Amino acid sequence: MFPILQIGPLAIQVPGLIILAGLWLGLSLAERRAKKRESNPSVLYNLVFVGIISGVIGARLAYAINYPDAFAANPSSLISINLGLFDPFAGAVIAVGAMLIYGVRKRLSLWNTLDALTPLLAVIAVAQGISHLASGSSFGAPTAVPWGIQLWGSFRHPTQVYEIILAALILIMVMYLDTTKWVRIPGFLFLVFLTSSAASRLFIEAFRGDSMLIGNGLRIAQIVSWIILACCLILMGRRIQSRQIENNTS
Amino acid sequence: MHKFTKIWIGISIFILTAGAFWIWLSAVESGSTTQGHIPAPRQGFLAPDLSLSTLGGDPITLSQLRGKPVLINFWASWCPPCRTEMPAIQNVYDEFKDQGFVVLAVNTTYQDNLGDATTFAQIRNLTFPILLDQAGDAANLYEVRALPTTYFIDADGIIQEVVVGGPMSETLLRIRSEQLVEGTP
Repeated sequence: MFPILQIGPLAIQVPGLIILAGLWLGLSLAERRAKKRESNPSVLYNLVFVGIISGVIGARLAYAINYPDAFAANPSSLISINLGLFDPFAGAVIAVGAMLIYGVRKRLSLWNTLDALTPLLAVIAVAQGISHLASGSSFGAPTAVPWGIQLWGSFRHPTQVYEIILAALILIMVMYLDTTKWVRIPGFLFLVFLTSSAASRLFIEAFRGDSMLIGNGLRIAQIVSWIILACCLILMGRRIQSRQIENNTS
Repeated sequence: MHKFTKIWIGISIFILTAGAFWIWLSAVESGSTTQGHIPAPRQGFLAPDLSLSTLGGDPITLSQLRGKPVLINFWASWCPPCRTEMPAIQNVYDEFKDQGFVVLAVNTTYQDNLGDATTFAQIRNLTFPILLDQAGDAANLYEVRALPTTYFIDADGIIQEVVVGGPMSETLLRIRSEQLVEGTP
């Protein structure tokens, strides 16, 4: 675990740094893909920029609305860099909403845009695994397997390593599929990424030591992943089928 | 029905059935994934016990404060963000101390000057206990890698949040302390 990089008086949060590196790497990969297809990469950059800015502002405002008294006492906290003063879920919803509005105004095709963003998402998924390893979060359940790692008082499943390996495999698969004829089906690349990521989470969650449970000890993250998996399979089936009908009629 | 559709439905049913079986297989007993009984300096775990002396020489043991929400702040007098956030900690302490809220400001004395730390506490009129970590044992136990580092511990002794670095804004301090006092993490 390597959560903090201390350089003189600066304490740099390594997990955040890794996510930023992933964002940069993923964007360059997405840019290369866009150039190869002779589409304008600046639209992609603007889209991601709109998402990040509106997500950050939205996350802070949503948090402030929940605690109006505390922010009224110190209004300057609205621009505080404290990460604890953000509502990440609200931020994500607002970011997606803002990106949708931007996409509609710029008349972007939904499925093609999602495909264009897929390399970025796949790289960020790998970076997220590495950031979990750096911070020691998303940790595994205690285990006696020989590859268990000593963490938080026990030998545990290295779930962060499982996460990195599977995310890396998904990234390789996505990059490979991008060179095949399958990619001609709009949305296919994105749906493959989402399906395999949901399947990966469903699998790895079984080894986690910090799962939220419901009912008879079922893990919530697995149930959510299963629902996403089901939706993706239906959508993917429909997209492939409609493409086949198009081909047969033309 | 189209041949492809049949195959796709078959594959989907197989994947989803296998997924559902895996979910059932990996179910665990309720409560078994919470880490509340293991001491570790991390959110969701039991706060490791520490016993240190105050500036006045009185010993304070964390486990004896069970039942009260506690904020532990590791600091040093030479650390600018530590100095900046101390008045905010004092304000929040004044606001919630009557509701049992405890602040333990652990001075990393092994890498600080005791005289400087004492003077700083006096000038700023800090009324909560300043604990002295003379040998660095407490900082080691809490795996402190940067100053300041703050632990918000609930009345059951479970760490609710760790904030590495600073300065924390008074808003963050007030919201977290209020959550601890009200028992709503």
